[in-house]
Amino acid sequence: MAKKQKKQVEEKPYRKPLIKKRKPNRSIAGDLFLYLFLILVAFIMAFPIIYAVSSALKPLDELFKFPPRIFAQHPTTDNFSDLFVTMGKSWVTFSRYLFNTVFITFVGTAGHLIIASMGAFVLAKYEFPGNELFFKVVTVAMMFTGYVTQIPNYLILNKLGWIDTYWSIIIPAFASPMGLFLMKQFMEGLPTSLIEAAKIDGAGEWRVFSQIVMPNVKPAWMTLIIFSVQALWNNKASTYIYSEERKTLVYALQQIQSGGIARTGQGAAVLVVVMIVPIMIFVFSESQILETMASSGLKD
Amino acid sequence: MSTNTKAIPAKDMTMLQKYFTLRKHEANVAWKKAKARKMCYLFLAPYAVLFCMFYVFPVVASIYYSFTYYNILEPPRFIGLSNYISLILEDDIFLIGIKNTFMIAIITGPLGYILSFLFAWLINELPRWVRSVAVIIFYAPSIAGNCYVIFSVFFRGDAYGYVNAFLMNVGIIDAPILWLINPTYMLPICMLVILWMSLGTGFLSFVAGLQGVDKSQFEAGYMDGVKNRWQELWYITLPNMKPMLMFGAVMSITQAFGVCDVTMALCGYPSTDYAARTIVTHLFDYGFSRFEMGYACAIATILFLIMILCNKAIQSLLRRVGT
Repeated sequence: MAKKQKKQVEEKPYRKPLIKKRKPNRSIAGDLFLYLFLILVAFIMAFPIIYAVSSALKPLDELFKFPPRIFAQHPTTDNFSDLFVTMGKSWVTFSRYLFNTVFITFVGTAGHLIIASMGAFVLAKYEFPGNELFFKVVTVAMMFTGYVTQIPNYLILNKLGWIDTYWSIIIPAFASPMGLFLMKQFMEGLPTSLIEAAKIDGAGEWRVFSQIVMPNVKPAWMTLIIFSVQALWNNKASTYIYSEERKTLVYALQQIQSGGIARTGQGAAVLVVVMIVPIMIFVFSESQILETMASSGLKD
Repeated sequence: MSTNTKAIPAKDMTMLQKYFTLRKHEANVAWKKAKARKMCYLFLAPYAVLFCMFYVFPVVASIYYSFTYYNILEPPRFIGLSNYISLILEDDIFLIGIKNTFMIAIITGPLGYILSFLFAWLINELPRWVRSVAVIIFYAPSIAGNCYVIFSVFFRGDAYGYVNAFLMNVGIIDAPILWLINPTYMLPICMLVILWMSLGTGFLSFVAGLQGVDKSQFEAGYMDGVKNRWQELWYITLPNMKPMLMFGAVMSITQAFGVCDVTMALCGYPSTDYAARTIVTHLFDYGFSRFEMGYACAIATILFLIMILCNKAIQSLLRRVGT
């Protein structure tokens, strides 16, 4: 059996250079089936998103047409401008919600990136008492959701006087365990000689970190950014923030949707605004993110 | 280490004394090391402080408060186990929540995990640029944030809802079904939506891990007579993917037990007859609507224990893959 296999392997590539790249133990029928199956599933996965985008582009009369069409026939951007015009007159304007979300996301992500990278750097590259224990605790923290800590967090934030400010969302986001975990795993792949060389040249620890290590782990930056943005951008923030003028986009989305059928178009428009940002970041940084995730494995 | 052997003293010392001298010595060494590495602690400090404040301390506090009656206005009053007792024996809605959470977790957790791996593995066969497009399409639902609310349009209760309209046109049903109000259909629809979003972080980890498997192992496999893709999967790919499989499992367990956003958005909060109540929505109900913090902390502690135990169990199971 083994011999027969070997013969095929040797002959195929030379006879048919066109399909040289195919792995030798794959059947064509299997590949065809695989492609068909993947296309089908991809369509199912993408359909709700496509539908959301197209309903955001539909004018009012098309939204309630029966039978419904998937694609808008006369696409307009009315729904988006409506967000700023109709909601511009309301007490808290749509642009305010947008600003809140952008601010929380930006500050939270930047702080998380810096603080988690600093921690990850020493955890990955130096040996010191408590190193392994701390990292173990961080991995355990990834095993439960944030909901478990929500109530004590509320009490802590209350003591600090941060309830109903942006900081109640931003500061806890700095300490997200996932970011530290991924950053540490990725930094372990960095050659130690790089750091030693810099030290011999007289660089201090901070300089090593900011000018040698950080520029070399850019792929991991993008990964931390995408996870942090995803968490903060979609944060409803309704438990820690009461004031209407500090609430976020997702909260506005729910308000609009509860406005009933007349707001369907605007609701879809907000939905598109909410989902487009994380997806775009992912599209532009996919290869870097995958590079980081390659070292995401949990070893025991 | 060589100093350690020196520290072991004469025969007349008892085992206990030996143990303590050894420990003392170790602590001394550790302290010296720590002193030499002061700067490490400085770097770690900002993260460590925040992490302890918002992750470690809250868990401890949550366990503490779970034994008290606490409503924020009055100081916490110690009441022993009675929170847990009333949760399990008296609170029927909590039991519905437990049942629903476990149903969702047991069905969507493993299924989502397997689907994540399956699609990551299938995608891996594709040419480079098709693969990157496919990763975007499959991963998009889980980062698209609240995109799942669009399902409430599909499953709208009147005849204008797409699913109702379709089923009525085909002739399977003759009156519209109240998908998200009728308790019979709520959970299955939520599971469907959760499955749609289940290709998340674990999926990315799998895709990345599969690309990193050493190619020469596959070549060695052809030589040794690996006949088809399934054999290749079992004998070469899976054993290589073990760390990623572990990571993916952690991600999907955490997600599966923390479900609440989808049920709250689709079925309402509170839902009809509490049919879509989960542990987390119950926690919100007591924590942020009724301000019974002690009781809510008991719920949180139970959720925490379930998650940690489940993770440990699955990890010891996965450790056996390919050995």
